[in-house]
Amino acid sequence: MPHSQHPIEILRFNTCGSVDDGKSTLIGRLLYDSKSIMEDQMEALERSADITGGGQINLANLTDGLRAEREQGITIDVAYRYFATPRRKFIVADTPGHVQYTRNMVTGASTANLSVVLVDARQGVIEQTRRHTFIAAMLGIPHLVIAVNKMDLVDWSEDRFWEIRDAIEAFLPKLDVFKDVKFIPISALNGDNVVDPSKHTPWFEGPTLLRHLETVHIASDWNLSAFRFPVQWVNRPNDPTNHDLHDFRGLSGQIAGGIVKVGQKIFVLPSGLKSTVKQIWTYDGPVQEAFCPQSVTLVLEHDLDISRGDMIVGIENLPGMTADLYARVGWMNPRALVAGKKFLLKHGTQTVQAIVNSLESKVNIHTFDSEPLPTEIAMNEIGEIRVRTAKPLVFDGYGTNRLTGSFILIEQGTNATVAAGMLLPPSELVKPEYTDFAI
Amino acid sequence: MSSYHLDHLQFLETEAIHIMREVAAEFERRALLFSGGKDSICLLRLAEKAFRPSDIPMPFLNVETGHEFPELIEFRDRRAKQLGAKLIVRTVEEAFKKGIAHPTPGQISRNQLQIPVLLGAIEEFRFDCCIGGARRDEEKARAKERFFSFRDSFGQWDPKNQRPEIWNLYNARLNPGENMRVFPLSNWTEMDVWEYIKREKLEVPNIYFSHERECFRRGGQWLPVPPAHNDNGKPDPYDGARPKPTEKFSKLIVRVRTIADMISTGMIESRADSVDDIIAEIAAARVTERGTRADDKASEAAMEDRKKAGYF
Ligand SMILES: Nc1nc2c(ncn2[C@@H]2O[C@H](COP(=O)(O)OP(=O)(O)OP(=O)(O)O)[C@@H](O)[C@H]2O)c(=O)[nH]1
Repeated sequence: MPHSQHPIEILRFNTCGSVDDGKSTLIGRLLYDSKSIMEDQMEALERSADITGGGQINLANLTDGLRAEREQGITIDVAYRYFATPRRKFIVADTPGHVQYTRNMVTGASTANLSVVLVDARQGVIEQTRRHTFIAAMLGIPHLVIAVNKMDLVDWSEDRFWEIRDAIEAFLPKLDVFKDVKFIPISALNGDNVVDPSKHTPWFEGPTLLRHLETVHIASDWNLSAFRFPVQWVNRPNDPTNHDLHDFRGLSGQIAGGIVKVGQKIFVLPSGLKSTVKQIWTYDGPVQEAFCPQSVTLVLEHDLDISRGDMIVGIENLPGMTADLYARVGWMNPRALVAGKKFLLKHGTQTVQAIVNSLESKVNIHTFDSEPLPTEIAMNEIGEIRVRTAKPLVFDGYGTNRLTGSFILIEQGTNATVAAGMLLPPSELVKPEYTDFAI
Repeated sequence: MSSYHLDHLQFLETEAIHIMREVAAEFERRALLFSGGKDSICLLRLAEKAFRPSDIPMPFLNVETGHEFPELIEFRDRRAKQLGAKLIVRTVEEAFKKGIAHPTPGQISRNQLQIPVLLGAIEEFRFDCCIGGARRDEEKARAKERFFSFRDSFGQWDPKNQRPEIWNLYNARLNPGENMRVFPLSNWTEMDVWEYIKREKLEVPNIYFSHERECFRRGGQWLPVPPAHNDNGKPDPYDGARPKPTEKFSKLIVRVRTIADMISTGMIESRADSVDDIIAEIAAARVTERGTRADDKASEAAMEDRKKAGYF
């Protein structure tokens, strides 16, 4: 452990917005101005500037890591970049702006604490601004930054900045999930208000983007209130030569919610079996308690029939448990989703057969209103569906717990990941009595 | 009193352990690529943390070019033994004999040739998943890599058509012949790796620490002088990788920052002889670790091209 100094926190953020709003340039600028670009990377940039850029270096080439991206000047897939300042470490996902690559944007955003949505000051709020803001909200990303970029091209107009801000604030209440939203006028190309304050915006009192990223309060994203432990791998050393290990039967996994303590009573779901936590085993020695998202191995008092896909929960704050699910999905396949289709559904450590029974509604990205009973949900659209699974899922609403409230759909045959699913809160919770008959 | 808060290394650790266990649960025939280098050393500790007290449920696999640093081989073998793991080694030399790889005329580096050898081993043992120690911060094509990186039945990576990877729900489904490369250290930086080595008190091969070595200057780098060739009738495996009379030659205090084989690893002049020194050196470094690798300098898309063909 680093002793005296404060433990360093990681902030994960993604940049999104429409094509050419300047996402890659912005990340290049952050890295460049925070002195995170190394000399050999700089040389490579200069080499390609001489070849293709007429001598002008292109900061976007720092993250556009694929040949096709550099050739077309667009971002196709997420690029991850890492940098640190004395205050924080950052994991940045540069996500593509094209509607066509929305699934890659969802990939990069799904694990973020904060989203930076870029808006081109000349264009103002366009469909992709709305789509990406909506997706950030849907994914439950707590912090939002709207970076109004290319301010140099609108003469640093304060009026223009406010116009855009008003347009976005007009629809934010419909989303209503962000803990905080910050608007910052920038020029990614020239670096104004990215790392260093701009002399062109005397009217702007807020922090620069980097200052905000360094200081925004990221209260734990993890749910610490209800214990959830999806059993990932049964740990049986089966070592006849070692007496201690001969009977060792551990349940390995990553805590997906709450805190577990030695001596605590637990339920195993869906079976409803009861037991007590006898030991919390880790490689570094047994511990008295462990919390989300630590990876541990639990040893229970009783030798129960438990396998991968089962969920161990605390006896308070019980989850939902049903095979009839209601969820919001982001569809990511060129073949549209229609009712009646079967998929594999992966939720936590369990993969089950599932059928989409009905399409309940679809979001209109222009108005954010729901349109009832669509006939299909096309690629990059968002809708609400009813799904039935072959086995009940033990789950929480996505808003309560991102780990136990999320799933993906996998198409059989092609094995493509076709949807990101977010479960709505259960209408009914597991009843403690349920578990009584099963002791 | 616990504050229920993970620092950055603990966070990266739990993320990687979760991934390792997913591999153990979702695949049948998995392997862990272990070279003896610093990243794979971290992988081994993570595997211990993921699977103990059970055995690590997969063999270790290493592809040798034949130009390895002897120190690395010694370390690799010793570590595998200590952990009670099965170590599978496949070599470029054998692949020549079997005809699954062919020497490239005029090319001394066998870096590219590791590709058919690796794919050959995957086929031989029918591995459906290989865990590797690659990190996204190493190189910009790697920055595009998923944790679970799908390879078609030719071992190819299709970067323009990767599976979405959302939350921590990894799609591990494969059809016969296809396989997965899994990179638990994706989110680790070079600094994180050394901080983890320090925290976990992990042993690393001594070539990472400064030592005296005969080096020669080629392509803007200090390359190690290969071991002497005891003329046993066989051709010199380092033919072409020895200093020419015109090349500058000197005894230097050096260490390696990233290890390929002796032909593609540039030595850096350094006096860092402890993990703490190395951490201080990286914090002040002005070039990336891959800046010392000849294999990456070939072109801007050198790594992307090798990865598409089936490289690690
Ligand atoms: N004048 C001006 N031009 C900018 C600014 N930021 C970016 N640009 C230019 O806008 C163009 C697009 O920038 P990129 O960073 O490639 O855009 P992107 O958002 O990453 O695009 P995709 O990745 O394809 O979605 C480039 O030519 C940049 O130089 C800015 O602040 N001012």
